[in-house]
Amino acid sequence: MAGLAATFGSGAMTNSIDELEFTDLILATGTNTTENHPVIGMKIKRAVKQHGTKLIVIDPREIDLVKYASIWLRQKPGTDVAVFNGLLNVIIAEGLYAKEYVAERTEGFDALKTVVAKYTPDYVENISGVPAEDLKKAARMYAKANRASIIYAMGITQHISGTDNVKSTANLAMLCGNVGIEGGGVNPLRGQNNVQGACDMGALPNVYPAYQQVANADAHKKFEATWGATLSPKPGLTLMEIMAGAGSGAIKAVYVMGENPLLSDPDLHHVKKELQNLDLLIVQDIFLTETAQIADVVLPVASFAEKDGTFTNTERRVQRVRKAIEPPGEAKTDWEVIAGLSNKMGYPMHYTSAKEIFEEVTTVTPSYAGITYKRIEKEGLQWPCPTHDHKGTKFLHKDRFSRGLGLFTAIEFIPPNELPDKDYPFFLSTGRVLYHYHTGTMTTRTQGLSERCPESLVEINPIDAENSGIADGQMVKVTSRRGTVEAKAHITQKSAPGTIFMNFHFANAPVNLLTNPALDPTGKIPEYKVCAVKLVAA
Amino acid sequence: MEKKITITIDGQEVSAKPGQTVLECAKSIGIFIPTLCHYQNTTNVGACRVCVVEVENARSLVASCCMPISPGMVIRTSTPAVRAAQKMIVELLWSSGDHNCLTCEQNGQCELQNLVYWLKIDKPRFNIEPPGYAPDNSNTMIHRDLNKCVLCGRCIRACNEIQVNEVLDFAMRGSYAKVGPAFDADYIDSACVFCGECLQVCPTGAITFKQAKFGGRPWELDKVRTTCTYCGVGCQMDLFVKDNSIVKVMGNREYGQPNDGSLCVKGRFGMDFISHPDRLKKPLIRYKKNEDLKEVTWDEAYTFIADKLTAIKHTNGPDSIAGLASARCSNEENYLFQKFMRAVIGTNNVDHCARL
Repeated sequence: MAGLAATFGSGAMTNSIDELEFTDLILATGTNTTENHPVIGMKIKRAVKQHGTKLIVIDPREIDLVKYASIWLRQKPGTDVAVFNGLLNVIIAEGLYAKEYVAERTEGFDALKTVVAKYTPDYVENISGVPAEDLKKAARMYAKANRASIIYAMGITQHISGTDNVKSTANLAMLCGNVGIEGGGVNPLRGQNNVQGACDMGALPNVYPAYQQVANADAHKKFEATWGATLSPKPGLTLMEIMAGAGSGAIKAVYVMGENPLLSDPDLHHVKKELQNLDLLIVQDIFLTETAQIADVVLPVASFAEKDGTFTNTERRVQRVRKAIEPPGEAKTDWEVIAGLSNKMGYPMHYTSAKEIFEEVTTVTPSYAGITYKRIEKEGLQWPCPTHDHKGTKFLHKDRFSRGLGLFTAIEFIPPNELPDKDYPFFLSTGRVLYHYHTGTMTTRTQGLSERCPESLVEINPIDAENSGIADGQMVKVTSRRGTVEAKAHITQKSAPGTIFMNFHFANAPVNLLTNPALDPTGKIPEYKVCAVKLVAA
Repeated sequence: MEKKITITIDGQEVSAKPGQTVLECAKSIGIFIPTLCHYQNTTNVGACRVCVVEVENARSLVASCCMPISPGMVIRTSTPAVRAAQKMIVELLWSSGDHNCLTCEQNGQCELQNLVYWLKIDKPRFNIEPPGYAPDNSNTMIHRDLNKCVLCGRCIRACNEIQVNEVLDFAMRGSYAKVGPAFDADYIDSACVFCGECLQVCPTGAITFKQAKFGGRPWELDKVRTTCTYCGVGCQMDLFVKDNSIVKVMGNREYGQPNDGSLCVKGRFGMDFISHPDRLKKPLIRYKKNEDLKEVTWDEAYTFIADKLTAIKHTNGPDSIAGLASARCSNEENYLFQKFMRAVIGTNNVDHCARL
């Protein structure tokens, strides 16, 4: 998100989901959409099959969408910046870019042009393995489309160059005048039901709700006045820094609401030690997760079906969540727990409903100011929605970017932090599968999903399997410099030779024992998509 | 301006755009024509002929769902010939399947049952001869009983045109015709991804929500609209509830964006975690490291936390405390959580797993 915020002035999906079905071209990169966002995947497939939309897929894995693609660029893991610079190089060299748009609405073009000059198709082929001719074809196809939409997900962001990758997609979109139009844009597909909302609400160390900087004196003053409390003007620590702080002793207590870092974070051995080092670990969840098992206090809460509220989806649409049943036992909603604790600590929070909290939210969150429960009773509204008669915003940056001019960023390719070598000869990439979700807390407790996908699988290319003497369905040991995990081999063309793929859903095959905690310096996102491993039959 | 065509339906004149069907025009002026194989946003195939109407000067009855309007057309929707044809069709469908409403999950929301009732048919004039297929019991999510299939092809169009999963099609011919995945496999052995779109569109009890079987009659279930808890698409869905438990989950075409009534396997079949016995029901405290977690009251838990946090804040400062909010919780809860960390604890150490 930091990447888009820097280039456009706003870190969110620029356009709407339904626009994908009716645009001229979709460029999908780092998103296995049909498995991770199946309903968006459905719309992309409809666009291709029923509306003549062209699809370019840039992905190291042969994902389902490849079947529907006009062109598939299979780059080596972690070489995205080189591929995007190559596309920019071709479009600029052949004069296919939107010259008027670039002149009027953007800045930084000359610097961009200088840097991408060396990323000729042959140079990029050397780095990424993408054939020069395919790169040229894809560049021309993207540039010549009237309206083209870029979609991406964690395959772009979970790299040490994650922010650079995002900025690269933004460079391409702006170069061809695709931002600020219907059917265009740069669209991060958010992986969790309310990541967008959690960010919007200021569950981030550097911003209050609606991305108002904690370091900004005006914002600071405003929130001190509204909340009647003294606030710290110093931006806080990110998740990975909090974990490191727990390890070093700088952080004494951590309060975790509905997260399971002990399965989702990289280099788990380390995380466990860090969390056990705390004086106080509070976990509030619906199950006794791996993290809750080592907590000092565990608080039982309601699931989404047991409470009222709102989620904000990936296209910035604020939608209602409604209580259908009562929570089990003495479980309470998360907001009741926070309020109860706050009251105990002497700061009164006397809310009687989620609606009342939402009303407070809208008074301090300008992009939500025009939204009420009543207005979203039937259909959600997309922020920004500043006033009660505003209809919400289908796509951002029309006529003007949130930051004024769109900013091109000249970016040099840097290789991933850890590359295969003699001892650890394979790339390991991680992600999700269709039938499970994140750390599996919910889906592994679901009959149908577990039946369809009962265990973790290691996806291995047939050539590598043969060379390593591994048969389909056999247990294999995957080892990185940080740990070893055993799981069943699944031999498939989906994985490129030299690359294996694993999911992170299963506690008995915790792939994050293997992953590399190296962080993107801006986004602070760990490099889940690339690390080096070795593979042997177990 | 686009030119319009005027036609007459049951004596009423109606103007419509060229390319519209007789069925659409009739609907637009409130005239009901029964349908069965017709399904919104999929190709009109005219397979079942239940929607037949009389068109003046036409050689025979025509299927209104497929018939484009033409200037001066005169249409009658409820003549004795139309009704006789509709009854014949419905009786043939009824008699060629095992449509026993006593044990059918669709009872009360079956479109075949509704047609029989609407056409006032007491019993079919033909012997009832179901094909005798073994039901597809291969999985815990979707139950298929092809003895209740009327070969309308809705599931095939839903699979190919709405979800574009391209799993289902017709196989065999004539009276042996049936619907299914390639090689007549059970769903579990096919390329099916269990989105459940087929059971959402099935007009009869041929494809049903397996876990909902015996979970409650349609009229006993409360319907609660909400937003899915899984990925970031934010699909709108209906939870069907009885006795404080979720019986099934369905999409709803009326809700529009972002999912137009479609769901995926997680949204539709991934909700039984809610009633799983592992759910936490009481607050737990571990008073000393290495001891087990013990059940306590809420007040004990609040007091324990408040005392500890206050002490740590006092000794080590507010920045020695951190909070992880959640991309899984609501806006209201995330707002309150960061407010708690900032206003009550006094630190900006608050983040969540957006990056993971």
